[in-house]
Amino acid sequence: MNEYSYTALIPLLPLASFLLLGLFGRKYLSSVSGWLGTGSMLVSSILSLIAAWQYFFTDGMVNGAYQKIIAIQYTWLQFSPNVSIDMGILLDPISAMMLMVVTFVSLMVHVYSLGYMKGEERYATYYAFLSLFTFSMLGLVLSSNIFQIYIFWELVGVSSYLLIGFYFDRPAAVAASKKAFIVTRFADLGFLIGILILSFYTETLDFNLLIERLSTPTPQLTGIITASFMGISALTWGLVLVFIGGAGKSAMFPLHIWLPDAMEGPTPVSALIHAATMVVAGVFLVARLFPVFILSAPAALEVVMYTGVFSALLAAIIACTQTDIKRVLAYSTMSQIGYMMFALGVSGYYAESGAGYMASMFHLFTHAFYKSLLFLGAGAVIHLVHSNEMKDMGGLRKFMPITHLTFLIACLAISGIPPFAGFFSKEAILHAAHVNNSFIYWLALITSGITAFYMFRLYFSIFWNKASKIHDNHHGEGTWSMKIPLLLLAIGTLLAGFIPFSSFVTADGIPYHSVFNIGFSVLPVLFGLSGITIAWLLYQKQNERAEKISGSLGGLYHAAYRKFYIDEVYLFFTKKIVFNLIGKPAAWFDRNIVDGFMNLLAVITQEISALIKELQSGKVQGYAIYFFSAICALTILFIYILN
Amino acid sequence: MNEALLLMKPELIVTVIIFILLILHVARENSSPAYLLNLINGLLFINFLCGFFFNREGTLFGDMYVTNGLIVLEKNILNLGMLLISLQATDWLKKKDFIVEFYVLLLTTLLGMFFMLSSNNLLMFYLGLELSSIPLAALANFELEKRKSSEAAMKFIMSSAFSSGLLLFGISMLYGTTGTLNFAQLAMLIDGNPLQLFSFILLLAGFGFKISAVPFHLWTADVYEGSPVAVTSYLSVISKGAILFVMASVLFTVFKPLVETWYNMLYLLAVLTMIIGNLFAIRQQNLKRFLAFSSIAQVGFILIGMSGSSQEATASVIYFVLIYVFSNLGAFGVIALVSAQTGKEEIDDYKGFYLSNPMLALVMTLSLFSLAGIPPTAGFFGKFFLLMAGAGKGNFVLITIAALNMVISLYYYLRIVKVMFMEKNETPMEKLQISLFPRISLLTCMAGIILIGFTTLLYDYIFSLSTSF
Repeated sequence: MNEYSYTALIPLLPLASFLLLGLFGRKYLSSVSGWLGTGSMLVSSILSLIAAWQYFFTDGMVNGAYQKIIAIQYTWLQFSPNVSIDMGILLDPISAMMLMVVTFVSLMVHVYSLGYMKGEERYATYYAFLSLFTFSMLGLVLSSNIFQIYIFWELVGVSSYLLIGFYFDRPAAVAASKKAFIVTRFADLGFLIGILILSFYTETLDFNLLIERLSTPTPQLTGIITASFMGISALTWGLVLVFIGGAGKSAMFPLHIWLPDAMEGPTPVSALIHAATMVVAGVFLVARLFPVFILSAPAALEVVMYTGVFSALLAAIIACTQTDIKRVLAYSTMSQIGYMMFALGVSGYYAESGAGYMASMFHLFTHAFYKSLLFLGAGAVIHLVHSNEMKDMGGLRKFMPITHLTFLIACLAISGIPPFAGFFSKEAILHAAHVNNSFIYWLALITSGITAFYMFRLYFSIFWNKASKIHDNHHGEGTWSMKIPLLLLAIGTLLAGFIPFSSFVTADGIPYHSVFNIGFSVLPVLFGLSGITIAWLLYQKQNERAEKISGSLGGLYHAAYRKFYIDEVYLFFTKKIVFNLIGKPAAWFDRNIVDGFMNLLAVITQEISALIKELQSGKVQGYAIYFFSAICALTILFIYILN
Repeated sequence: MNEALLLMKPELIVTVIIFILLILHVARENSSPAYLLNLINGLLFINFLCGFFFNREGTLFGDMYVTNGLIVLEKNILNLGMLLISLQATDWLKKKDFIVEFYVLLLTTLLGMFFMLSSNNLLMFYLGLELSSIPLAALANFELEKRKSSEAAMKFIMSSAFSSGLLLFGISMLYGTTGTLNFAQLAMLIDGNPLQLFSFILLLAGFGFKISAVPFHLWTADVYEGSPVAVTSYLSVISKGAILFVMASVLFTVFKPLVETWYNMLYLLAVLTMIIGNLFAIRQQNLKRFLAFSSIAQVGFILIGMSGSSQEATASVIYFVLIYVFSNLGAFGVIALVSAQTGKEEIDDYKGFYLSNPMLALVMTLSLFSLAGIPPTAGFFGKFFLLMAGAGKGNFVLITIAALNMVISLYYYLRIVKVMFMEKNETPMEKLQISLFPRISLLTCMAGIILIGFTTLLYDYIFSLSTSF
């Protein structure tokens, strides 16, 4: 048992670094704070690798299935005789995988920030926050207890609040951090109530016990299924509420509204939080409780599936209309997480029927590499041109060869072009969807075409399109500390897809050998390639095609005369139909209805608050009358009506 | 005889301190304020320490007075809060002429609370309650030159008298139907007839008034705003805490037979209290008034925990009150410093506070985070345990309303943080001096906010003392 006790160091090292930098950083350690944070992260990553290696290749497998190993556990608080809150470390295939992902990406971001944040006044504070975030995220993935995960879940929210609002002298950053915090907190209340419901019926907070009691026929399971509220069983309620918490962190529709705004934070932070770690916490949570979802509450899993696929499609469409490069990436993240969610939704449990689960985790794994690569690449671009807008970019490939190359690799990966990592995981998801639900499959396929289009729209706008505005006095791609993470992540993007993932992570823990079907992948790759081609036609060179087509109908008429017929059909379809008819309304819907609804809630609260202000008149005799009528009301209610 | 003295130790020590102060006042009329304050804070510290030794359990005065481990703990919490407030008030009191009077009055209310906590009889309870509230009116009036302060005192004594009258009416009717005022006997004799229900409603209104639960809260904002900061924090932390302790024990013992009825009443009060408290807090411009309303909302949460009516309920209420002492006094400590040195109390005055006073801004932020229930501050654990205790009844509608209110409260607590950290101010506050006593007090609050959440021994200890329902 205790051979895993060193795993405690994995989250504790970043914590130590946070405490050290937080307490003494600004005064004494300012110059070395970056190296200190990075050093502790490096050790933490190495330990994670060792732990994962030890788990997957030595100890994890017992009787042909990967077991859950409790590395450390102690009772932190005995809340009541039945319910205890434990703190512990739970190792299983997904937590071992997440360990590697989180520590690796975090390490890359730490290294990258050495160059990116150099000269920042609150450099030490930045690294302190980064360490705090990493600690919380590691604590989250290792949790052995649902209350423990909730604590870290909230801590992740706090530290991302601090990081997004890092530039606290910028009003937009502060507003964004507050929005992110409140929206995710709003979602977390679902999680909280979900936890209370599940623990009320199962009388435990421990993950293993909870899952066992809810996925096998036990009295607790019968109890939670027979109890119902508004015709839906308490179990479904509980799981859907837990999923709402996950949807908030993972930016699923309609709780995604914080994600685009959160791009106000420093770019490396976006790479860490909004690409690979925090935003996948929701997927991780559903995966953690997956046996309960699939075996006892398929209805809740359907909610996950439809939310996932809708978010994937919506976000992809909106991404086509964005001009801020970080916002494109934000929506693309939301879209990819939608993939992971619905992949869980279409999954079964036993052996190969659980392919969706495996594919979802696989996609999570590969996505971490190329999405953080994209964000870090975007960071380098922003560092150079000092703008987030596509119109300020173009022709940058000559100035930043490494960024260009790695960005291209990442774009190919996310578009699902072989042999890059994204291809394999997306294939796996599409295949699982194809087997189980053809409606979902087609939606996913269309989304993957759109994905390729907007990613290459981004790529061409940044690196090709028009001649660069930058002259000789540019400061290049940045330091080596910024380039090395790009290269390492690019290597990851190239290789990660070849991992035989189904030998390690499966729904029921029993590895199987997945068969790769070349015939199946022709169609998705074609979709991807056509997306890229359209983007190439529209954005590779600076031209007015896109603008013209998206202009008035008169413009379309003239344009139709001058251009190739086929070209115009593409353009008409993409710009006129997709942009104006779907993309713009979707973006409008997003901005006005979804955001508007949330704002409406706030306005209503304000208004009611203004109305009842009258009660507070300041006249003490009025207070007495009010007091007395309250007593009368209580008396009438409880003695005459309810009694 | 010796045992009896030890049983009443907390009350006796407070009484002795009151007498020391009175004698001192007569004997050494010209003592400097600094000397007096050092002495008094020293005495209060000794008083706090004494709470941990030679504790006994038992009853006195023909079952009128009772004490046990839980009650001693509650008294210790009040002692601690008293000490912290006193430390925070030094800057303000230095400029005042009536230091001894201030403390005599304050300690008298504390004495009243102690008797109330130890009461095992409604008469005793009523005596303690009155002893603890009448001197408070005089204290609210302590800014003698300010009109608002007198107004606050006037409103407080009027409303207080009104609620006490109704409370007494309730007690007498309870006596009329059962023929006893002893808690244990009442618990056996109460059968839920309408007259008893009515008298229970009156009692609940009396409690509701003191903890400013909606709809009995209207006096709160005016009184909190008008009173000196020290008195406001005393009212919102100590006085509320004491009543909450008593309320839990009265509901859980005396009115145990009526649990179904009072569960519904608490449900109603908790929902109203949270919602109204939050909605009012959003609009406030005066920081003291803001904290007044936010503390109303906090009481709503405590009522939820209490409605769980179980051993966990008692434990989580006490645990939360302890955390609330630290969090609220952290915030009030900063306000006290600012108010004593600059006289500013509006939220807008705190614009750009971080730039001139980074440490105080951080203290304030941590306190507000704890009040909002954000981890890793203790407030997070406190709120969670309250909700968990409340969820023990399986009423998830109530829990949902509570959780929604947590989000609303997050909104306005963050508003203050935003004001302090990022808004520009043309007339920024100068750098404030933090003298030793307030510093100790604020550090204690911070330590409490950060450590209580992680040291579970405390909760375990409280839980072990709590009686099962």
